[in-house]
Amino acid sequence: MSSAEKPDIAERVPLAHHFDDIHQQHEAANLGMWVFLVTEILFFGGLFVAYIVYRSAYSEAFALASRHLDVTMGAINTTVLLTSSLTMALSVHAAQEGEKRATVLFLFITLLLGAAFLGIKSFEYYHKFEEHLIPGASFRFDAAYIRPAQIFFILYFVMTGVHAFHMVIGIGIIAVLIRRASRGHFTRSYSTPVEVSGLYWHFVDIVWIFLYPFLYLIDLS
Amino acid sequence: MIVPKKTYYSVFIILMALLGLTVAVALVDLGPLNPYIALSIALIKATLVVLYFMHVKYSTRLTWIVASAGFIWMIIFIALTLADYFSRN
Repeated sequence: MSSAEKPDIAERVPLAHHFDDIHQQHEAANLGMWVFLVTEILFFGGLFVAYIVYRSAYSEAFALASRHLDVTMGAINTTVLLTSSLTMALSVHAAQEGEKRATVLFLFITLLLGAAFLGIKSFEYYHKFEEHLIPGASFRFDAAYIRPAQIFFILYFVMTGVHAFHMVIGIGIIAVLIRRASRGHFTRSYSTPVEVSGLYWHFVDIVWIFLYPFLYLIDLS
Repeated sequence: MIVPKKTYYSVFIILMALLGLTVAVALVDLGPLNPYIALSIALIKATLVVLYFMHVKYSTRLTWIVASAGFIWMIIFIALTLADYFSRN
């Protein structure tokens, strides 16, 4: 049997009564996660539009403020997340093939990479604290740009903070998947939870794919 | 269907190359073009992730429609909001 074919699963995976067949049930799970991800686009979208509006209004201040962000750390973090998407996709592949050990291994690596991302992020946040760039009473910046620079950093902390929150949730989901996978819950016939969790994880990665250039790479030249 | 691992590796390499490109281009002063180039590269990366890692290329038309709807909605959100702000004063 080639890896592209799946065995007939109709009798082994429980079929909920409101679905015609197992494929429709699987498709519904997929669609359900996609609809949720579309609501996440609404959620992050608001922040991105706010960012776009303020950046176009205060382009110089935003460029100056952005230079205080560490481009290298951001690039490392982007690499970490892109790699985590690869390992997540590989774990989905392993789950679909019924390869339990590979599934658990790749899920675990994904989790480690997610944790590494959060670790690097917290270093960055700490550096901002030391540099007096956390918006509020102790914020220090060139007086001519101080108000829009604070807006930049409010957007920076809220956007990356909300993103980091989504990462934490994603890590929690992966931890649950690892537990289930190591107990043999996922087979060639049933890997849906791993697949839809993969969709969530990739989406959070996509948000960062936009956050990095928008926040870190404004006018470096 | 199960996407072959080779596809994942190839997409990953392209994504990393695009990351390198984004940073490299950001270091060169291209005036007003810079943000648009960065955005374009980010869009290409996002599209690759959606099509291959998120399997939309191998999914049903319905999934494709729902995924596209989200991103098209985003474009409308940005366009109408900016139209408002840019037509002030």
